[in-house]
Amino acid sequence: MLAGRLAPWCAGLAAVLAALGLWLGFFVAPADAVQGEVYRVIFIHVPAAWMSMFIYLLMAFWSAVGLVMNTRMSFLLARALAPTGAMFCFVALWTGALWGRPTWGAYWAWDARLTLQLLLLFLYFGFIALTRAIAEPNRADRAGALIALVGAVNVPVIYFSVQWWSTLHQGASVSFSRAPSMAATMLAGMLTMALAAWAYSVAVVLWRVRPMILVRERHADWVVRLLAEERV
Amino acid sequence: MLRVFLAVLRRELLLVWRERVDVLVTLAFFVIVTGLFPFGVGAGAGQLRAIAPGVLWVAALLSVLLSLHRLFERDFAEGTLEQLLLSPEPAVLWVLAKMVAFWLAAGLPVVVAAPVLALAFDLDPAGLPVLAAALALGTPSLALVGALGAALTLGLRGGGMLLALIVLPLFVPVLIFGAGAVEAEISGVGARAHLLLLGGILAAALALAPPACVAALRMVND
Repeated sequence: MLAGRLAPWCAGLAAVLAALGLWLGFFVAPADAVQGEVYRVIFIHVPAAWMSMFIYLLMAFWSAVGLVMNTRMSFLLARALAPTGAMFCFVALWTGALWGRPTWGAYWAWDARLTLQLLLLFLYFGFIALTRAIAEPNRADRAGALIALVGAVNVPVIYFSVQWWSTLHQGASVSFSRAPSMAATMLAGMLTMALAAWAYSVAVVLWRVRPMILVRERHADWVVRLLAEERV
Repeated sequence: MLRVFLAVLRRELLLVWRERVDVLVTLAFFVIVTGLFPFGVGAGAGQLRAIAPGVLWVAALLSVLLSLHRLFERDFAEGTLEQLLLSPEPAVLWVLAKMVAFWLAAGLPVVVAAPVLALAFDLDPAGLPVLAAALALGTPSLALVGALGAALTLGLRGGGMLLALIVLPLFVPVLIFGAGAVEAEISGVGARAHLLLLGGILAAALALAPPACVAALRMVND
């Protein structure tokens, strides 16, 4: 199967890119003029945040494909994506907190983006919990797909509403758009790490989806034959 | 078409009336949750005034959440739900009728009680009509979105906690604009923008939630 052959390559690519990105980030890139060394967290933080949002959109996309085209594979892909997305979401929040303490003076602030990210984490948890709680695979797939789509509608609403709300009621809230322009090596390090996160996600999702397919299709001819060969 | 809607609505309201103590329990829950905050936060008047809109909204949201299991559970257990789904009438109609009846039983009492409780929190009287209006516009959206969650978690083990986990993140926009409306009115900005947005959310929920809810109910019976 293609997934089985592709996954190790992606994992290897992820490891190489991550090593390169971390080397660029921690040894080559200069220290930030204002923040000193602590800014280096962004080499993990930003790619994780990107991936967490992108994986949710991807999950919603596969859910929509599954509901419209009635394809089993897309449901399985959506379900395999969710834990990785939740993990990146958590990493983004955690590294953000570690970065926030020395620079903002607080681990957490009820800033628009932070709140959005936290809600995204709960949307992931809701999806995972719902699909795990339903025993019949058919209903689990469809119920999960429905809630993923509803969540995808909700994400922009939360994003704009919270932004709007904080401009009305909070004084100065910390904004990422004021970040100083980056040195080229910093940008290179960050983009390499983003690519590493991509490769990692592809590898893990492919690995996760393979046994799911086997379990789901355990009565199909090709699976029975495959298992017989394995046993020999 | 309208006949189906009205027939289901009449049936649901009759059931609510026969078990009217449920409505009182919802109301008592709303009052007691609100009443917990002065104990927890301290009864300084300025402090209570500042948190009043948020507290009332969170309490309203929890009352709706905890009533949601009444929406489909009994019909599911006794088989009425399956019969309704098998009927040739459009399912969206009777689902909408159930949602309306649910809001009248679980949402409307909260809308009526909230301004009275707000007086106990020493909220600026100028904010009271806006509070009632925001709740009247916001709680139907909560009922509509909550019904979708109730349909998705119907008959599952640990359904209550799961329902909260799924539905509460979806309630957040309504909470933001609902509590924001009262604060905007008191601070002199005017609640118009917030109320319009709440109306917009309600319109969207009214259009999207019933068909999604029907789809979720069909999954249960497949």
